[in-house]
Amino acid sequence: MAELSNAAALSPEVLVDIYRRMIRIERNDDAIRKTIRLGRLVMPYYSARGQEVIPSAISSLLNADDKICTIYRGIHDMVAKDMPLRPLWAEIAGRVDGTCKGKGGPMHLTHPETGVMVTTGIVGSSMPIANGLAWAAKLDGSKRVTVAYFGDGASNIGAFHESLNLASVWKLPVIFVCQNNGFAEHTRYENGTSVDFIAKRAIGYGMPGHTVDGNDPLAMYTAAHEAITRARDGEGPTLLECKTFRFLGHVLGDDDKYMTKEEKAAAIEKDPLPAFKAWLIAQGHATEATLAALQAEIEAEIEDAQEFGLASPPPSLDELRRDVFAQEIAA
Amino acid sequence: MSAQKMNALQAVNAALVQAMAEDDKVLVLGEDVADREGGGVTGATAGLSTRFGDDRVKSTPISEQAIIGAAIGAALSGYKPVAEIMLMNFTTVAMDMIFNHAAKLRFMSGGQSTVPITIRTLTGAGWQTAGQHADHLEGWFAHSAGIKVVAPSSPADYKGLLLSCIQDPDPCIFIESAGSLFIPGEVADDQGPIPLGKARIVQEGTDVTIVSWSSQIIRCQQALQPLAEAGISVELVDLRTVSPWDKEAVLASVAKTGRLLVAHEAVRSFGPGAEIASTVAEELFGQLKAPVRRLGAPYSPVPFAKVLEDAYIVSPERVVEAIKGLMV
Repeated sequence: MAELSNAAALSPEVLVDIYRRMIRIERNDDAIRKTIRLGRLVMPYYSARGQEVIPSAISSLLNADDKICTIYRGIHDMVAKDMPLRPLWAEIAGRVDGTCKGKGGPMHLTHPETGVMVTTGIVGSSMPIANGLAWAAKLDGSKRVTVAYFGDGASNIGAFHESLNLASVWKLPVIFVCQNNGFAEHTRYENGTSVDFIAKRAIGYGMPGHTVDGNDPLAMYTAAHEAITRARDGEGPTLLECKTFRFLGHVLGDDDKYMTKEEKAAAIEKDPLPAFKAWLIAQGHATEATLAALQAEIEAEIEDAQEFGLASPPPSLDELRRDVFAQEIAA
Repeated sequence: MSAQKMNALQAVNAALVQAMAEDDKVLVLGEDVADREGGGVTGATAGLSTRFGDDRVKSTPISEQAIIGAAIGAALSGYKPVAEIMLMNFTTVAMDMIFNHAAKLRFMSGGQSTVPITIRTLTGAGWQTAGQHADHLEGWFAHSAGIKVVAPSSPADYKGLLLSCIQDPDPCIFIESAGSLFIPGEVADDQGPIPLGKARIVQEGTDVTIVSWSSQIIRCQQALQPLAEAGISVELVDLRTVSPWDKEAVLASVAKTGRLLVAHEAVRSFGPGAEIASTVAEELFGQLKAPVRRLGAPYSPVPFAKVLEDAYIVSPERVVEAIKGLMV
C-alpha cells in the first residue's frame, strides 16, 4: 500500500474512520449471508464482498447532506454513508419498520436522511437521477455533491453516455463512480466493453477520468478527494473507475463458472480488509486492541439491527393502495 | 374578469409563465426550450428563459433519459420540473426513467420520495409525420401505476390542467395533441388550476353518451350537429384526465342515457376505451340499452400516405355512423 504524498492530510482518525466503514460493511454482509443461509431472510442478494474500500474512502469525505444514488449491489454504499442498520434490516426482511415499509426491499432501499436517495435495480439508471440531484444542489447555491455508483456493465448502457454528456455541459457537482469488478453479470469485462479502461470514456465527455485501485484505501481517498473538491468548487463532474473484484459472484448462490478458480483465489488473497488492518497497526495508526473493540461494537450494532428487523411485523395489506400516489387510491 | 382568445400553445405558455412566476421551484427543461434555441420548436416555451433565467429554463441535449433523470433528481430535492419530451414517441427512449423510476419511487420508497414532475409531450395524427412522430400512447402510461395521464382538448383546459399537473405531488404526463393545438378558444385571464381526474360535460344529452378526450373531442364535436339533425340527443363527455379517470361522471352519464360510445385517437386494441367500456359493462349491465361500442385507430402504426392517414383517424362521419348504429 503506497504512502500518500499528502499523507499529513490523512490523520489516524480519517484512516480508522475508513476502516470502520469497511468493517461495518463486511460484518453486515456476513450477517446477511448467514441469515439467508439459515432461511430467516428470503431475498436475492448481490454481495459486495471485496468492494468495501470504494464507498468507505468516498464516504469519509462526504457530509450527511451529500447525496448518493446506488444500485442493486449497493448495500455497502449505504452502510458506508452511515445509513442506520435497524431500518435497513427491517427493509431487507420486507417488514413495516423498513426504510420503505418493506415495499422496496434489498434492491430499492431509500433513506433520504442519510442521503441515500435512490437505489435502482435497473443497470445504469443511478446516473441520470444523480444529475438531477446535483442540478438541484447547484440551483440551491449549496456545496452539496452527489455520487452516482454503478458497475462496469453500466458503462455500456445509453444512460451512462447521456448522463456524462449532460453533467459536463451543465457542469454539475456529481461524481460518477464505477465500481469495476471485472464482470457484468456473467460477462467478462473485455467481452462487453470496448475500451481497456472505462476512465478513458471521460475524454469523450470533456471531464477528468481516473482509473484507481479501488482496493487501496489511500489511492481511493486521494482520487475521491480530488473529484469531490472539484465538484464542490463548481468545476463539474469527474469519472472515477475503481478497479476491484467481487468475491461472491453476481448473485448469492452463483456458481462462478465464468471466472477461473485461480483469479478468484488471487483476488481473495489480496482481500483489502485484513491488509488495511495490518497496515494500520504496522504504521501505528491503531492498535490491535482498539480495532478489535471497534469490531465488537459494530457486531453488537448489527446483532441488534438484525433482531430488530426480523422481529418487525410485515406491512398491512392496505399498503398496496398507499404511496401509489400522494393521495391513497380507492382499490 | 376578462378573457382572451388564444390557442393551446399560447395557453401552455401562459400556464408556464403563471406557474414559474408564482413558485420559484418550478423549472423547465427540454430540447430547445430556451430562447437561445427559439423557445421550443412550437414556441410553447418562448420568452421563459429571458424572463426567468437560464438556470430555471434549461435547454438540453437530445438525451431523453438524461432529461427525465434530471427532472426526477431535481424533484427529489424539492423542485417542480416541467420536462418537455418533444414528441410522445420519443418518451419511449426515456421509458425506464418514466416507468421504473418516476412512477414507482413514491411506492418503492414507502412514501418517502415524491416526484412532482410534469412531462409535456406532443403527438397526434393528421400531419403526415407517419409512424414515429404521431402515436397516442396514453394507454401505455395509464397502465403504469403511479403516473397521472392528462389529455386536454380546449385552450382553457390546456392552461388549467397544466397548472394542476405542475402543482400535483405526483408525476403527470401532459399530452398535447396536434389536432387541438391551433384551435382558438376563450381563456379567462384568471384561469386557475382545473382539478385532475374530473371530466367536463361538453354537451348534455339524453339518448347516448360519447366519452372522448384530447383531439378526438374536436372530431366528436363536429359530429354533434348531424346527430342533432337526426334527432339524437348526445351527451359528450371530455374525460380530460385519462388516468385516474372520472368513473363517477361516466357512470352517471351512461346511467342516464343507457348507451355508450368511447372514441379515441389511440389504437383501439387494448386501448383505454377497453377499460372504460368494460367498467361500464360491469357496473351498468342491466341498464344498458345497447352494447357498449369503441372507436379507435386500426391496429397499425400511423401511416404516411394522406389517404391512409385519413382512414386511420376516427372521423366525425364514423362517430355519426357508430352512434346511429347504437340507436337501432
